[in-house]
Amino acid sequence: MTTAQVLSIRGLRKSFDGFVAVQDVDFALAAGERHAVIGPNGAGKTTFFNLITGHLRPDAGEILLGDRAITGLPPHRIVRRGIARSFQRINIYPRLSVYESVQAAHIARAGRTFELFTLADRLYRDETEATLAAVGLTSDADAPAGTLAYGKQKQLELAIALAADPRLLLLDEPTAGMSPHETAEAIQLVGRIANERKLTLLFTEHDMDVVFSIADRVSVLHHGAIIATGTPDQIRRDAEVRRVYLGKAIDEAA
Amino acid sequence: MSTARGAPRSMWILAAVLAALLAVPAAGSLYVTYLATEILIFALFALAFNLLLGYGGLISFGHAAYFAIGAYGCAVLSVKLSWPLAAAFPAGVALATVAAAIIGYFCVKLTEIYLAILTLAFGQLVWAVAFKWSAVTGGDTGLIGVPVPAWLDEPAQFYYFALAIVGACVALLWVVVHSAFGRTLAATRENAVRAEFVGIHVKRVQLVAFVISGGISGIAGALHSIFNRSVFVESAWWTQSAEVLIMAVLGGIHSFAGPAVGAAALILLERLIRDVTEYWPTFLGAILLVVLFVFPTGLAGMARRRAARSVERA
Repeated sequence: MTTAQVLSIRGLRKSFDGFVAVQDVDFALAAGERHAVIGPNGAGKTTFFNLITGHLRPDAGEILLGDRAITGLPPHRIVRRGIARSFQRINIYPRLSVYESVQAAHIARAGRTFELFTLADRLYRDETEATLAAVGLTSDADAPAGTLAYGKQKQLELAIALAADPRLLLLDEPTAGMSPHETAEAIQLVGRIANERKLTLLFTEHDMDVVFSIADRVSVLHHGAIIATGTPDQIRRDAEVRRVYLGKAIDEAA
Repeated sequence: MSTARGAPRSMWILAAVLAALLAVPAAGSLYVTYLATEILIFALFALAFNLLLGYGGLISFGHAAYFAIGAYGCAVLSVKLSWPLAAAFPAGVALATVAAAIIGYFCVKLTEIYLAILTLAFGQLVWAVAFKWSAVTGGDTGLIGVPVPAWLDEPAQFYYFALAIVGACVALLWVVVHSAFGRTLAATRENAVRAEFVGIHVKRVQLVAFVISGGISGIAGALHSIFNRSVFVESAWWTQSAEVLIMAVLGGIHSFAGPAVGAAALILLERLIRDVTEYWPTFLGAILLVVLFVFPTGLAGMARRRAARSVERA
């Protein structure tokens, strides 16, 4: 692929009290790519995400968004550069309405967080409604976020991330805890939105059906190291991957 | 959280409250005018405090510090340096604001109980300065004889002066909590991590809230020193911080006007109950228990539920 790199990572390393969670990872994402990171529990997937988004500071290595380094920046600045994320466990604003939750992200995106005298009610109304419509939450706009059903809270997570208007969207297990029906809908939704907005997508997922239906490239993380990267077909056939992880996962799915 | 959508009804309530407040000196006795002034000042203090607690989710156990700095700043400058009110008042407020910026800078680095304890520590530090720095603050005996210009000499005149300033500050607070910043602050209260990951500089948002809250508490304090023509070291003691917390919780921290209602209720109840018994603290404890277990959303929350129910029935 000759398209510009959205994300380039070199020699990324992170350890906790001697336990190496991510070791010497080199990684690159091309614009428009939909890349899945898979691996067994404890392989370092969430740590990897937390390093990219600034939640954790790497011990070594370099992370570039486009051609600018974002290594060690705080999360709020990395978001402003164009990376948004959703979380594995639901992470919303329980007592804000769905509308307010998404609107707050639009306000932050526009850099108007510190406007003390601009009334919020009329700000980014169209943008907020468009974002809600994109994920199918229009009729829930006035509901307190905490009262939504689980699947809808996941949709709201996505809406909040989208409102940050990212170039690169990180989804940490977007279908975790969903029923098969909800999972199918969520995949469709994510696929459609990624297409419409020309997003570059990086996601972790346990469900191999989901991985192989969305991803055009897959990386396998094992003990904090990337042991294989390739197209879904290549990964499916990789002997090492089958040995440490996938064989088991595919057998379970079958 | 409610927004301004129920406008017509709340406009009527606002108009009625404003009319009642304007009529106080004409309708009531001198005692009532004094009492109403006291309530106005503490209502402002409680509303300013609640910017942090209700909107920011940050518990301050040391808010008396900013009230006291505003009060002492205004009093010291007018008594010791003979500054006119027009200079001493804003200077006292500026001191409180600067103190809130410095103290807040350290406090927002912490979260939850650690933040609360640090605010308490700074609050006690301010009290210690007020207590020990006798040459300036009058120490244990406080400062008396704060000069008041002739145009504020009459209780009714001062009442209207306080009403104008409190009204302006309340309007300012209302705009702030309904602003882009206010919405952002509510998001940080609900989930600081999520807020950070939509690009919000959470600590800075909290610091700005801290400074506004401290500054307006300073305005309440400065008003109080002019109202009483004195300031005493008790105003910086931690029980004063607890009192404003009680006002906010009593009235309801999740409604804009709640803390003002709580301030009025607490002051009136204290007067009434102290008239008949010396066991005010016992009654206060009982009142708080009832509020926490029966009306956890406070007096304002209870009133709103009543109103909602009567609308449903109609």
